[in-house]
Amino acid sequence: MRIRALVIRIVRQFLHDKRSMALLIVAPLLVLSLMYLVFNGDTYEPKIGTVQLPEAVSQTLGENGADVTAYDSEAEAEEALAEREVDAIIRLDGAAPAVKLEGSDPARNRAVMAAVQKAMQAQQGPGGSPAGAAQAPVIEYLHGSEDMSSFDNFGPVLIGLFAFFFVFLIAGVSFLKERTSGTLERLLATPLRRWEIVAGYMIGFGIFTSIQAALIAGYTIGVLGSLMAGSFGCVLLIMLLLSLTALSFGTFLSAFANTEFQMIQFIPLVIVPQVFFSGLFDLESISPWLRWLSYITPLKYGADALRGVMIRGEGWSAIAPDIGVLLALTLVFMAANVLALRKHRKI
Amino acid sequence: MAAASEICVRARDVIRKFDDKKVLHDISLDVAKGGIFGLLGPSGSGKTTFVKLIAGIDEATSGQIEVLGTPMPKLAMMVRIGYMAQSDALYAELTAKENLEFFGALFGLRGSRLKQRMHEVMALVNLTDHMERSVGAYSGGMKRRLSLAIALLHEPEVLILDEPTVGIDPVLRKSIWDELQSLSRQGTTILVTTHVMDEADKCDRLGMLRDGRLIASGSPEELKSRTGSATIEEAFLYYGGARA
Repeated sequence: MRIRALVIRIVRQFLHDKRSMALLIVAPLLVLSLMYLVFNGDTYEPKIGTVQLPEAVSQTLGENGADVTAYDSEAEAEEALAEREVDAIIRLDGAAPAVKLEGSDPARNRAVMAAVQKAMQAQQGPGGSPAGAAQAPVIEYLHGSEDMSSFDNFGPVLIGLFAFFFVFLIAGVSFLKERTSGTLERLLATPLRRWEIVAGYMIGFGIFTSIQAALIAGYTIGVLGSLMAGSFGCVLLIMLLLSLTALSFGTFLSAFANTEFQMIQFIPLVIVPQVFFSGLFDLESISPWLRWLSYITPLKYGADALRGVMIRGEGWSAIAPDIGVLLALTLVFMAANVLALRKHRKI
Repeated sequence: MAAASEICVRARDVIRKFDDKKVLHDISLDVAKGGIFGLLGPSGSGKTTFVKLIAGIDEATSGQIEVLGTPMPKLAMMVRIGYMAQSDALYAELTAKENLEFFGALFGLRGSRLKQRMHEVMALVNLTDHMERSVGAYSGGMKRRLSLAIALLHEPEVLILDEPTVGIDPVLRKSIWDELQSLSRQGTTILVTTHVMDEADKCDRLGMLRDGRLIASGSPEELKSRTGSATIEEAFLYYGGARA
Protein backbone atom coordinates (compact mmCIF):
# COMPACT_ATOMS: atom_id res chain seq x y z
CA MET A 1 0.00 0.00 0.00
CA ARG A 2 2.66 2.52 1.04
CA ILE A 3 5.08 1.18 -1.55
CA ARG A 4 2.34 1.51 -4.15
CA ALA A 5 1.82 5.15 -3.17
CA LEU A 6 5.55 5.77 -3.60
CA VAL A 7 5.59 4.03 -6.98
CA ILE A 8 2.61 6.03 -8.23
CA ARG A 9 4.28 9.24 -7.07
CA ILE A 10 7.55 8.43 -8.86
CA VAL A 11 5.71 7.55 -12.07
CA ARG A 12 3.75 10.81 -11.91
CA GLN A 13 6.88 12.86 -11.23
CA PHE A 14 8.50 11.23 -14.22
CA LEU A 15 5.56 11.92 -16.49
CA HIS A 16 5.66 15.59 -15.46
CA ASP A 17 9.43 15.80 -15.94
CA LYS A 18 9.88 15.68 -19.71
CA ARG A 19 13.59 16.41 -19.52
CA SER A 20 14.52 13.41 -17.43
CA MET A 21 12.29 11.28 -19.58
CA ALA A 22 14.20 12.47 -22.64
CA LEU A 23 17.54 11.82 -20.98
CA LEU A 24 16.49 8.30 -20.10
CA ILE A 25 14.94 7.38 -23.44
CA VAL A 26 16.17 9.64 -26.22
CA ALA A 27 19.76 10.26 -25.16
CA PRO A 28 20.93 6.62 -25.23
CA LEU A 29 19.31 6.09 -28.63
CA LEU A 30 20.96 9.21 -30.00
CA VAL A 31 24.41 8.29 -28.70
CA LEU A 32 24.05 4.72 -29.96
CA SER A 33 23.11 6.00 -33.42
CA LEU A 34 26.18 8.24 -33.49
CA MET A 35 28.39 5.36 -32.37
CA TYR A 36 26.88 3.23 -35.09
CA LEU A 37 27.71 5.82 -37.73
CA VAL A 38 31.26 6.19 -36.43
CA PHE A 39 32.15 2.52 -36.05
CA ASN A 40 30.16 1.04 -38.88
CA GLY A 41 31.64 3.26 -41.60
CA ASP A 42 33.59 1.80 -44.51
CA THR A 43 37.14 0.73 -43.84
CA TYR A 44 39.63 3.52 -44.18
CA GLU A 45 41.31 3.91 -47.57
CA PRO A 46 44.93 4.82 -46.97
CA LYS A 47 46.26 7.60 -49.15
CA ILE A 48 49.62 6.58 -50.59
CA GLY A 49 51.93 8.78 -52.56
CA THR A 50 54.25 7.11 -55.07
CA VAL A 51 57.51 8.38 -56.49
CA GLN A 52 58.41 7.02 -59.88
CA LEU A 53 56.86 3.67 -59.18
CA PRO A 54 56.10 1.35 -62.09
CA GLU A 55 52.55 1.76 -63.32
CA ALA A 56 51.74 -1.89 -62.60
CA VAL A 57 52.69 -1.54 -58.92
CA SER A 58 50.60 1.61 -58.49
CA GLN A 59 47.67 -0.15 -60.06
CA THR A 60 47.96 -3.16 -57.75
CA LEU A 61 48.10 -0.79 -54.78
CA GLY A 62 44.91 0.85 -56.00
CA GLU A 63 43.24 -2.53 -56.42
CA ASN A 64 44.12 -3.39 -52.83
CA GLY A 65 42.32 -0.55 -51.20
CA ALA A 66 44.74 2.38 -51.43
CA ASP A 67 44.10 5.82 -52.82
CA VAL A 68 47.24 6.35 -54.90
CA THR A 69 48.69 9.69 -55.94
CA ALA A 70 51.79 9.75 -58.15
CA TYR A 71 54.48 12.41 -57.53
CA ASP A 72 57.26 13.34 -59.89
CA SER A 73 59.96 14.08 -57.39
CA GLU A 74 60.81 12.86 -53.95
CA ALA A 75 60.79 16.41 -52.55
CA GLU A 76 57.23 16.94 -53.74
CA ALA A 77 56.13 13.67 -52.12
CA GLU A 78 57.91 14.52 -48.87
CA GLU A 79 56.09 17.83 -48.76
CA ALA A 80 52.74 16.14 -49.30
CA LEU A 81 53.58 13.75 -46.46
CA ALA A 82 54.47 16.62 -44.15
CA GLU A 83 51.21 18.37 -45.07
CA ARG A 84 49.38 15.12 -44.30
CA GLU A 85 47.92 14.99 -47.78
CA VAL A 86 49.11 11.39 -47.95
CA ASP A 87 49.60 8.82 -45.20
CA ALA A 88 52.72 7.28 -46.73
CA ILE A 89 55.05 7.53 -49.68
CA ILE A 90 56.52 4.62 -51.58
CA ARG A 91 59.57 4.78 -53.78
CA LEU A 92 61.95 2.24 -55.16
CA ASP A 93 65.22 1.99 -53.32
CA GLY A 94 67.16 0.00 -55.89
CA ALA A 95 64.96 -3.02 -56.52
CA ALA A 96 63.19 -3.09 -53.13
CA PRO A 97 60.33 -0.72 -52.40
CA ALA A 98 60.83 1.72 -49.47
CA VAL A 99 57.81 2.92 -47.51
CA LYS A 100 57.82 6.08 -45.43
CA LEU A 101 54.81 6.56 -43.14
CA GLU A 102 53.39 9.79 -41.77
CA GLY A 103 53.17 7.81 -38.56
CA SER A 104 51.05 9.84 -36.16
CA ASP A 105 47.98 7.61 -36.34
CA PRO A 106 48.47 3.88 -35.68
CA ALA A 107 45.20 3.00 -37.38
CA ARG A 108 46.31 4.69 -40.60
CA ASN A 109 49.74 3.07 -40.33
CA ARG A 110 48.11 -0.33 -40.18
CA ALA A 111 45.87 0.48 -43.14
CA VAL A 112 48.88 1.50 -45.23
CA MET A 113 50.87 -1.60 -44.28
CA ALA A 114 47.93 -3.88 -45.02
CA ALA A 115 47.50 -2.36 -48.47
CA VAL A 116 51.23 -2.56 -49.21
CA GLN A 117 51.45 -6.17 -48.10
CA LYS A 118 48.41 -7.18 -50.09
CA ALA A 119 49.81 -5.45 -53.14
CA MET A 120 53.18 -7.19 -52.76
CA GLN A 121 51.52 -10.59 -52.42
CA ALA A 122 49.49 -9.88 -55.52
CA GLN A 123 52.63 -8.86 -57.41
CA GLN A 124 54.44 -12.02 -56.42
CA GLY A 125 51.35 -14.17 -56.80
CA PRO A 126 51.27 -15.26 -60.44
CA GLY A 127 55.00 -15.27 -61.13
CA GLY A 128 56.26 -15.93 -57.61
CA SER A 129 57.29 -19.11 -55.89
CA PRO A 130 54.95 -22.01 -56.56
CA ALA A 131 54.60 -22.81 -52.86
CA GLY A 132 53.15 -19.35 -52.10
CA ALA A 133 50.57 -19.50 -54.84
CA ALA A 134 49.53 -23.10 -54.36
CA GLN A 135 47.54 -23.17 -51.15
CA ALA A 136 45.60 -20.18 -49.91
CA PRO A 137 44.33 -20.96 -46.38
CA VAL A 138 40.64 -21.71 -45.95
CA ILE A 139 39.16 -19.27 -43.43
CA GLU A 140 36.23 -20.17 -41.23
CA TYR A 141 34.53 -18.32 -38.35
CA LEU A 142 33.38 -19.99 -35.15
CA HIS A 143 31.44 -16.84 -34.20
CA GLY A 144 30.65 -13.73 -36.15
CA SER A 145 31.60 -13.46 -39.81
CA GLU A 146 33.90 -11.72 -42.24
CA ASP A 147 31.41 -8.84 -42.40
CA MET A 148 31.41 -8.25 -38.66
CA SER A 149 31.98 -4.55 -38.01
CA SER A 150 33.46 -2.87 -34.96
CA PHE A 151 29.95 -1.87 -34.01
CA ASP A 152 28.90 -5.51 -33.84
CA ASN A 153 31.74 -6.08 -31.44
CA PHE A 154 31.21 -2.94 -29.33
CA GLY A 155 27.41 -2.87 -29.61
CA PRO A 156 26.61 -5.26 -26.76
CA VAL A 157 29.01 -3.44 -24.42
CA LEU A 158 27.70 -0.04 -25.45
CA ILE A 159 24.03 -0.78 -24.87
CA GLY A 160 24.95 -2.13 -21.46
CA LEU A 161 27.07 0.93 -20.73
CA PHE A 162 24.39 3.43 -21.74
CA ALA A 163 21.64 1.65 -19.85
CA PHE A 164 23.89 1.63 -16.80
CA PHE A 165 25.11 5.20 -17.06
CA PHE A 166 21.83 7.01 -17.67
CA VAL A 167 19.95 5.03 -15.05
CA PHE A 168 22.74 5.57 -12.51
CA LEU A 169 22.65 9.31 -13.08
CA ILE A 170 18.90 9.84 -13.05
CA ALA A 171 18.16 7.53 -10.15
CA GLY A 172 21.05 8.93 -8.11
CA VAL A 173 20.10 12.55 -8.67
CA SER A 174 16.39 11.90 -8.02
CA PHE A 175 17.10 10.16 -4.74
CA LEU A 176 19.50 12.93 -3.79
CA LYS A 177 16.84 15.52 -4.53
CA GLU A 178 14.56 13.75 -2.10
CA ARG A 179 17.14 14.56 0.55
CA THR A 180 18.10 18.10 -0.46
CA SER A 181 14.48 19.23 -0.90
CA GLY A 182 13.63 18.05 2.61
CA THR A 183 11.05 15.58 1.36
CA LEU A 184 13.08 12.63 2.65
CA GLU A 185 12.85 14.04 6.16
CA ARG A 186 9.14 14.58 5.58
CA LEU A 187 8.82 10.96 4.48
CA LEU A 188 10.56 9.86 7.64
CA ALA A 189 7.83 11.61 9.63
CA THR A 190 5.32 9.20 8.09
CA PRO A 191 4.88 5.49 8.85
CA LEU A 192 6.95 4.67 5.76
CA ARG A 193 9.74 2.20 6.59
CA ARG A 194 13.27 2.60 5.28
CA TRP A 195 13.14 -0.58 3.22
CA GLU A 196 9.82 0.55 1.77
CA ILE A 197 11.45 3.73 0.49
CA VAL A 198 14.21 1.74 -1.22
CA ALA A 199 11.75 -0.81 -2.61
CA GLY A 200 9.43 1.93 -3.86
CA TYR A 201 12.30 3.59 -5.69
CA MET A 202 13.42 0.31 -7.22
CA ILE A 203 9.93 -0.46 -8.52
CA GLY A 204 9.02 3.08 -9.61
CA PHE A 205 12.24 3.68 -11.49
CA GLY A 206 12.36 0.03 -12.49
CA ILE A 207 9.29 0.60 -14.66
CA PHE A 208 11.05 3.30 -16.66
CA THR A 209 14.40 1.54 -16.80
CA SER A 210 12.66 -1.57 -18.18
CA ILE A 211 11.12 0.50 -20.93
CA GLN A 212 14.50 2.06 -21.57
CA ALA A 213 16.25 -1.31 -21.64
CA ALA A 214 13.74 -2.72 -24.11
CA LEU A 215 13.99 0.37 -26.31
CA ILE A 216 17.80 0.41 -26.36
CA ALA A 217 18.10 -3.29 -27.07
CA GLY A 218 15.32 -3.24 -29.65
CA TYR A 219 16.75 -0.20 -31.41
CA THR A 220 20.30 -1.53 -31.52
CA ILE A 221 19.31 -4.95 -32.79
CA GLY A 222 16.23 -4.11 -34.83
CA VAL A 223 17.02 -0.72 -36.33
CA LEU A 224 20.81 -0.47 -36.29
CA GLY A 225 21.06 -4.14 -37.18
CA SER A 226 23.73 -5.11 -34.68
CA LEU A 227 24.80 -8.73 -34.83
CA MET A 228 22.34 -10.85 -32.85
CA ALA A 229 23.09 -14.54 -32.55
CA GLY A 230 21.14 -15.40 -29.39
CA SER A 231 17.66 -14.81 -28.03
CA PHE A 232 16.21 -11.32 -27.54
CA GLY A 233 14.64 -12.45 -24.27
CA CYS A 234 18.08 -13.13 -22.79
CA VAL A 235 19.29 -9.70 -23.88
CA LEU A 236 16.28 -8.06 -22.25
CA LEU A 237 16.84 -9.98 -19.03
CA ILE A 238 20.49 -8.94 -18.85
CA MET A 239 19.64 -5.33 -19.66
CA LEU A 240 16.97 -5.27 -16.97
CA LEU A 241 19.29 -6.71 -14.34
CA LEU A 242 22.04 -4.31 -15.34
CA SER A 243 19.64 -1.34 -15.05
CA LEU A 244 18.45 -2.50 -11.66
CA THR A 245 22.06 -2.75 -10.50
CA ALA A 246 22.67 0.80 -11.74
CA LEU A 247 19.48 1.91 -10.00
CA SER A 248 20.41 0.45 -6.63
CA PHE A 249 24.01 1.60 -7.02
CA GLY A 250 23.03 5.16 -7.94
CA THR A 251 20.52 5.57 -5.13
CA PHE A 252 23.00 4.12 -2.65
CA LEU A 253 25.87 6.36 -3.76
CA SER A 254 23.66 9.45 -3.58
CA ALA A 255 23.76 9.02 0.20
CA PHE A 256 27.38 10.17 -0.03
CA ALA A 257 26.70 13.27 -2.10
CA ASN A 258 25.26 16.50 -0.81
CA THR A 259 24.56 18.24 -4.09
CA GLU A 260 23.81 17.31 -7.67
CA PHE A 261 27.31 18.45 -8.56
CA GLN A 262 28.82 16.01 -6.09
CA MET A 263 26.77 13.28 -7.75
CA ILE A 264 28.34 14.24 -11.08
CA GLN A 265 31.75 13.99 -9.41
CA PHE A 266 31.11 10.27 -8.91
CA ILE A 267 31.11 9.71 -12.67
CA PRO A 268 34.91 9.75 -13.16
CA LEU A 269 35.25 7.64 -10.01
CA VAL A 270 32.72 4.92 -10.58
CA ILE A 271 31.57 5.03 -14.19
CA VAL A 272 34.71 5.72 -16.22
CA PRO A 273 36.77 2.90 -14.64
CA GLN A 274 33.93 0.51 -15.37
CA VAL A 275 34.15 1.44 -19.03
CA PHE A 276 37.79 0.33 -19.06
CA PHE A 277 36.91 -3.02 -17.54
CA SER A 278 33.72 -3.53 -19.50
CA GLY A 279 35.40 -5.23 -22.44
CA LEU A 280 35.60 -2.25 -24.78
CA PHE A 281 39.33 -2.62 -24.33
CA ASP A 282 41.14 -5.92 -24.24
CA LEU A 283 41.49 -6.98 -20.63
CA GLU A 284 44.54 -9.10 -21.46
CA SER A 285 46.53 -5.93 -21.98
CA ILE A 286 45.67 -4.57 -18.54
CA SER A 287 48.32 -5.17 -15.87
CA PRO A 288 47.55 -8.37 -13.99
CA TRP A 289 47.66 -6.58 -10.65
CA LEU A 290 44.85 -4.31 -11.81
CA ARG A 291 42.82 -6.99 -13.54
CA TRP A 292 41.08 -8.14 -10.36
CA LEU A 293 39.25 -4.82 -10.37
CA SER A 294 37.15 -6.08 -13.23
CA TYR A 295 35.53 -8.61 -10.92
CA ILE A 296 33.93 -5.91 -8.81
CA THR A 297 32.54 -3.83 -11.68
CA PRO A 298 28.87 -4.60 -12.38
CA LEU A 299 29.20 -3.44 -15.98
CA LYS A 300 31.71 -6.20 -16.78
CA TYR A 301 29.21 -8.94 -15.90
CA GLY A 302 26.46 -7.31 -17.91
CA ALA A 303 28.71 -6.66 -20.90
CA ASP A 304 30.17 -10.19 -20.83
CA ALA A 305 26.72 -11.71 -20.80
CA LEU A 306 25.42 -9.37 -23.53
CA ARG A 307 28.38 -10.20 -25.76
CA GLY A 308 27.92 -13.89 -25.11
CA VAL A 309 24.31 -13.77 -26.20
CA MET A 310 24.56 -11.30 -29.06
CA ILE A 311 27.83 -12.42 -30.66
CA ARG A 312 28.26 -16.04 -29.62
CA GLY A 313 24.58 -16.95 -29.31
CA GLU A 314 24.94 -18.26 -25.78
CA GLY A 315 21.82 -19.36 -23.96
CA TRP A 316 20.48 -19.16 -20.45
CA SER A 317 22.95 -21.61 -18.90
CA ALA A 318 25.95 -19.57 -20.05
CA ILE A 319 24.65 -16.22 -18.78
CA ALA A 320 23.17 -17.53 -15.52
CA PRO A 321 26.34 -16.83 -13.47
CA ASP A 322 26.48 -13.23 -14.73
CA ILE A 323 22.76 -12.77 -14.00
CA GLY A 324 23.35 -14.18 -10.56
CA VAL A 325 26.17 -11.74 -9.83
CA LEU A 326 24.10 -8.76 -11.03
CA LEU A 327 21.16 -9.85 -8.90
CA ALA A 328 23.41 -10.27 -5.88
CA LEU A 329 25.00 -6.85 -6.42
CA THR A 330 21.53 -5.27 -6.68
CA LEU A 331 20.46 -6.82 -3.39
CA VAL A 332 23.71 -5.79 -1.70
CA PHE A 333 23.34 -2.17 -2.85
CA MET A 334 19.69 -2.12 -1.79
CA ALA A 335 20.55 -3.44 1.66
CA ALA A 336 23.39 -0.92 1.92
CA ASN A 337 20.97 1.84 1.01
CA VAL A 338 18.51 0.78 3.71
CA LEU A 339 21.42 0.94 6.15
CA ALA A 340 22.60 4.30 4.80
CA LEU A 341 19.13 5.73 5.47
CA ARG A 342 19.72 4.95 9.14
CA LYS A 343 21.70 8.14 9.13
CA HIS A 344 18.37 9.97 8.85
CA ARG A 345 16.14 7.81 10.99
CA LYS A 346 17.13 4.88 13.15
CA ILE A 347 13.82 3.03 12.95
CA MET B 1 2.13 18.88 37.15
CA ALA B 2 -0.91 17.39 35.46
CA ALA B 3 -1.84 13.71 35.78
CA ALA B 4 -0.12 11.28 33.40
CA SER B 5 -3.24 10.76 31.28
CA GLU B 6 -3.43 14.49 30.65
CA ILE B 7 0.09 14.69 29.31
CA CYS B 8 0.72 14.64 25.58
CA VAL B 9 4.47 15.12 25.34
CA ARG B 10 6.80 14.31 28.21
CA ALA B 11 10.50 15.06 27.83
CA ARG B 12 13.00 14.06 30.54
CA ASP B 13 16.65 15.16 30.63
CA VAL B 14 16.84 15.23 26.86
CA ILE B 15 20.31 15.72 25.43
CA ARG B 16 21.08 15.81 21.73
CA LYS B 17 24.66 15.96 20.52
CA PHE B 18 25.80 16.32 16.93
CA ASP B 19 29.31 14.93 16.89
CA ASP B 20 30.68 16.62 19.99
CA LYS B 21 28.49 19.68 19.91
CA LYS B 22 25.65 19.67 22.42
CA VAL B 23 22.59 21.21 20.78
CA LEU B 24 20.09 20.40 23.51
CA HIS B 25 21.03 20.51 27.21
CA ASP B 26 18.97 18.43 29.67
CA ILE B 27 15.56 19.52 28.54
CA SER B 28 12.66 18.37 30.71
CA LEU B 29 9.23 19.53 29.70
CA ASP B 30 5.59 18.46 29.84
CA VAL B 31 3.06 19.46 27.23
CA ALA B 32 -0.54 18.96 28.33
CA LYS B 33 -3.15 17.46 26.02
CA GLY B 34 -5.21 19.96 24.05
CA GLY B 35 -4.18 23.55 23.72
CA ILE B 36 -1.39 25.21 21.80
CA PHE B 37 2.13 24.94 23.12
CA GLY B 38 4.57 27.46 21.71
CA LEU B 39 8.28 26.79 21.60
CA LEU B 40 9.84 30.23 21.48
CA GLY B 41 13.44 30.94 20.72
CA PRO B 42 15.76 32.62 18.27
CA SER B 43 17.18 30.86 15.27
CA GLY B 44 19.80 28.31 16.33
CA SER B 45 18.32 27.81 19.78
CA GLY B 46 17.51 24.15 19.12
CA LYS B 47 13.76 24.43 18.44
CA THR B 48 13.83 22.38 15.26
CA THR B 49 16.13 19.76 16.78
CA PHE B 50 13.76 19.41 19.72
CA VAL B 51 10.54 19.07 17.71
CA LYS B 52 12.22 16.54 15.40
CA LEU B 53 12.87 14.39 18.46
CA ILE B 54 9.21 14.67 19.41
CA ALA B 55 8.09 13.88 15.86
CA GLY B 56 10.24 10.75 15.94
CA ILE B 57 12.46 11.70 13.02
CA ASP B 58 15.51 11.97 15.21
CA GLU B 59 16.61 10.22 18.37
CA ALA B 60 17.89 11.80 21.58
CA THR B 61 21.49 11.10 22.56
CA SER B 62 20.24 10.53 26.09
CA GLY B 63 17.03 11.12 28.04
CA GLN B 64 13.47 10.07 27.23
CA ILE B 65 10.70 11.49 25.14
CA GLU B 66 7.19 10.09 25.38
CA VAL B 67 4.31 11.08 23.16
CA LEU B 68 0.86 10.03 24.42
CA GLY B 69 2.58 7.65 26.83
CA THR B 70 4.71 5.91 24.16
CA PRO B 71 8.50 6.30 24.12
CA MET B 72 9.72 7.88 20.88
CA PRO B 73 10.83 7.24 18.22
CA LYS B 74 8.20 4.66 17.32
CA LEU B 75 6.93 4.01 13.81
CA ALA B 76 3.39 3.18 14.93
CA MET B 77 3.13 6.64 16.51
CA MET B 78 3.71 8.41 13.20
CA VAL B 79 0.05 7.97 12.30
CA ARG B 80 -1.00 9.92 15.41
CA ILE B 81 1.40 12.78 14.77
CA GLY B 82 1.19 15.41 12.08
CA TYR B 83 4.46 17.13 11.23
CA MET B 84 5.12 20.20 9.18
CA ALA B 85 8.81 20.79 8.55
CA GLN B 86 10.50 24.15 8.46
CA SER B 87 11.31 23.77 4.77
CA ASP B 88 8.42 23.03 2.45
CA ALA B 89 8.89 19.38 1.76
CA LEU B 90 6.77 19.18 -1.35
CA TYR B 91 7.21 17.59 -4.76
CA ALA B 92 7.42 20.57 -7.07
CA GLU B 93 6.80 18.54 -10.24
CA LEU B 94 3.48 17.28 -8.92
CA THR B 95 0.19 19.10 -8.54
CA ALA B 96 -1.16 19.90 -5.09
CA LYS B 97 -3.69 17.12 -5.53
CA GLU B 98 -0.98 14.58 -6.36
CA ASN B 99 1.05 15.67 -3.34
CA LEU B 100 -1.99 15.25 -1.09
CA GLU B 101 -2.83 11.87 -2.60
CA PHE B 102 0.72 10.66 -2.02
CA PHE B 103 0.96 11.69 1.62
CA GLY B 104 -2.63 10.58 2.25
CA ALA B 105 -1.83 7.11 0.93
CA LEU B 106 1.26 6.90 3.17
CA PHE B 107 -1.05 7.41 6.13
CA GLY B 108 -3.45 4.77 4.86
CA LEU B 109 -6.16 7.11 3.61
CA ARG B 110 -7.91 6.01 0.45
CA GLY B 111 -11.00 6.27 -1.68
CA SER B 112 -13.79 8.63 -0.74
CA ARG B 113 -12.32 9.24 2.71
CA LEU B 114 -9.11 10.54 1.13
CA LYS B 115 -11.05 12.72 -1.28
CA GLN B 116 -13.15 14.17 1.50
CA ARG B 117 -10.13 14.93 3.70
CA MET B 118 -8.27 16.50 0.76
CA HIS B 119 -11.10 18.91 0.16
CA GLU B 120 -11.48 19.70 3.84
CA VAL B 121 -7.82 20.57 4.41
CA MET B 122 -7.50 22.52 1.16
CA ALA B 123 -10.57 24.57 2.06
CA LEU B 124 -9.03 25.15 5.47
CA VAL B 125 -5.87 26.70 4.03
CA ASN B 126 -7.84 28.45 1.31
CA LEU B 127 -6.24 26.62 -1.63
CA THR B 128 -9.26 24.79 -3.07
CA ASP B 129 -9.00 26.69 -6.35
CA HIS B 130 -5.37 25.68 -6.80
CA MET B 131 -5.82 21.95 -6.33
CA GLU B 132 -4.82 21.02 -9.89
CA ARG B 133 -1.89 23.40 -10.15
CA SER B 134 1.68 22.23 -10.18
CA VAL B 135 3.34 23.04 -6.84
CA GLY B 136 6.34 24.44 -8.72
CA ALA B 137 4.10 27.36 -9.72
CA TYR B 138 3.01 28.06 -6.11
CA SER B 139 4.20 31.13 -4.21
CA GLY B 140 6.14 30.70 -0.97
CA GLY B 141 3.07 31.37 1.15
CA MET B 142 0.95 28.91 -0.83
CA LYS B 143 3.59 26.21 -0.36
CA ARG B 144 3.56 26.87 3.39
CA ARG B 145 -0.21 26.49 3.42
CA LEU B 146 -0.09 23.29 1.38
CA SER B 147 2.49 21.88 3.81
CA LEU B 148 0.10 22.67 6.63
CA ALA B 149 -2.77 21.03 4.76
CA ILE B 150 -0.67 17.87 4.33
CA ALA B 151 0.19 17.81 8.04
CA LEU B 152 -3.53 18.00 8.87
CA LEU B 153 -4.61 15.42 6.28
CA HIS B 154 -4.75 12.34 8.48
CA GLU B 155 -6.35 14.15 11.43
CA PRO B 156 -3.46 13.64 13.84
CA GLU B 157 -3.98 13.88 17.59
CA VAL B 158 -0.71 15.76 17.91
CA LEU B 159 0.25 18.44 15.44
CA ILE B 160 3.88 19.58 15.31
CA LEU B 161 4.46 22.72 13.27
CA ASP B 162 7.94 24.08 12.72
CA GLU B 163 7.68 27.81 12.00
CA PRO B 164 4.34 27.49 10.21
CA THR B 165 3.75 31.16 9.47
CA VAL B 166 7.09 32.22 7.98
CA GLY B 167 6.53 34.09 4.74
CA ILE B 168 2.76 34.23 5.10
CA ASP B 169 0.99 37.57 4.90
CA PRO B 170 -0.60 38.94 8.10
CA VAL B 171 -4.18 38.38 6.98
CA LEU B 172 -3.56 34.75 6.19
CA ARG B 173 -1.42 34.37 9.28
CA LYS B 174 -4.35 35.39 11.39
CA SER B 175 -6.65 32.95 9.63
CA ILE B 176 -4.14 30.13 10.16
CA TRP B 177 -3.89 30.95 13.86
CA ASP B 178 -7.70 31.06 14.11
CA GLU B 179 -7.76 27.63 12.52
CA LEU B 180 -5.11 26.28 14.92
CA GLN B 181 -7.15 27.59 17.83
CA SER B 182 -10.30 25.92 16.54
CA LEU B 183 -8.40 22.64 16.07
CA SER B 184 -7.09 22.83 19.60
CA ARG B 185 -10.61 23.40 20.92
CA GLN B 186 -11.58 20.16 19.17
CA GLY B 187 -8.92 18.37 21.20
CA THR B 188 -5.82 18.39 18.99
CA THR B 189 -2.60 19.11 20.83
CA ILE B 190 -0.58 21.61 18.85
CA LEU B 191 3.11 22.17 19.27
CA VAL B 192 4.36 25.14 17.32
CA THR B 193 7.80 26.71 17.10
CA THR B 194 8.21 30.38 16.42
CA HIS B 195 10.71 33.15 16.76
CA VAL B 196 8.04 35.82 16.39
CA MET B 197 7.32 37.11 19.89
CA ASP B 198 3.80 38.42 19.16
CA GLU B 199 2.73 34.97 17.97
CA ALA B 200 3.77 33.62 21.35
CA ASP B 201 0.91 35.55 22.97
CA LYS B 202 -1.56 33.41 21.05
CA CYS B 203 -0.29 30.19 22.64
CA ASP B 204 -1.85 28.67 25.73
CA ARG B 205 1.54 27.74 27.12
CA LEU B 206 5.08 28.63 26.19
CA GLY B 207 8.53 27.12 26.48
CA MET B 208 11.46 29.47 25.97
CA LEU B 209 14.57 28.00 24.39
CA ARG B 210 17.94 29.69 24.23
CA ASP B 211 21.22 28.05 23.25
CA GLY B 212 19.69 24.61 23.64
CA ARG B 213 18.45 25.23 27.19
CA LEU B 214 14.87 25.57 28.33
CA ILE B 215 15.06 28.88 30.17
CA ALA B 216 11.41 29.18 31.19
CA SER B 217 7.97 27.70 30.68
CA GLY B 218 4.41 28.63 31.61
CA SER B 219 1.43 30.51 30.21
CA PRO B 220 2.20 33.85 28.56
CA GLU B 221 0.49 35.70 31.43
CA GLU B 222 2.47 33.77 34.05
CA LEU B 223 5.74 34.48 32.31
CA LYS B 224 4.96 38.17 32.01
CA SER B 225 3.70 38.62 35.56
CA ARG B 226 6.55 36.58 37.07
CA THR B 227 9.09 38.82 35.44
CA GLY B 228 7.07 42.00 35.71
CA SER B 229 7.24 42.48 31.95
CA ALA B 230 4.68 44.01 29.67
CA THR B 231 5.57 41.84 26.70
CA ILE B 232 6.80 38.33 25.99
CA GLU B 233 9.90 39.83 24.46
CA GLU B 234 10.82 41.50 27.75
CA ALA B 235 10.13 38.27 29.61
CA PHE B 236 12.44 36.45 27.20
CA LEU B 237 15.17 39.02 27.76
CA TYR B 238 14.73 38.61 31.53
CA TYR B 239 15.11 34.83 31.40
CA GLY B 240 17.84 35.08 28.84
CA GLY B 241 19.93 36.92 31.43
CA ALA B 242 19.94 40.28 29.71
CA ARG B 243 18.16 41.89 32.66
CA ALA B 244 19.00 39.68 35.60
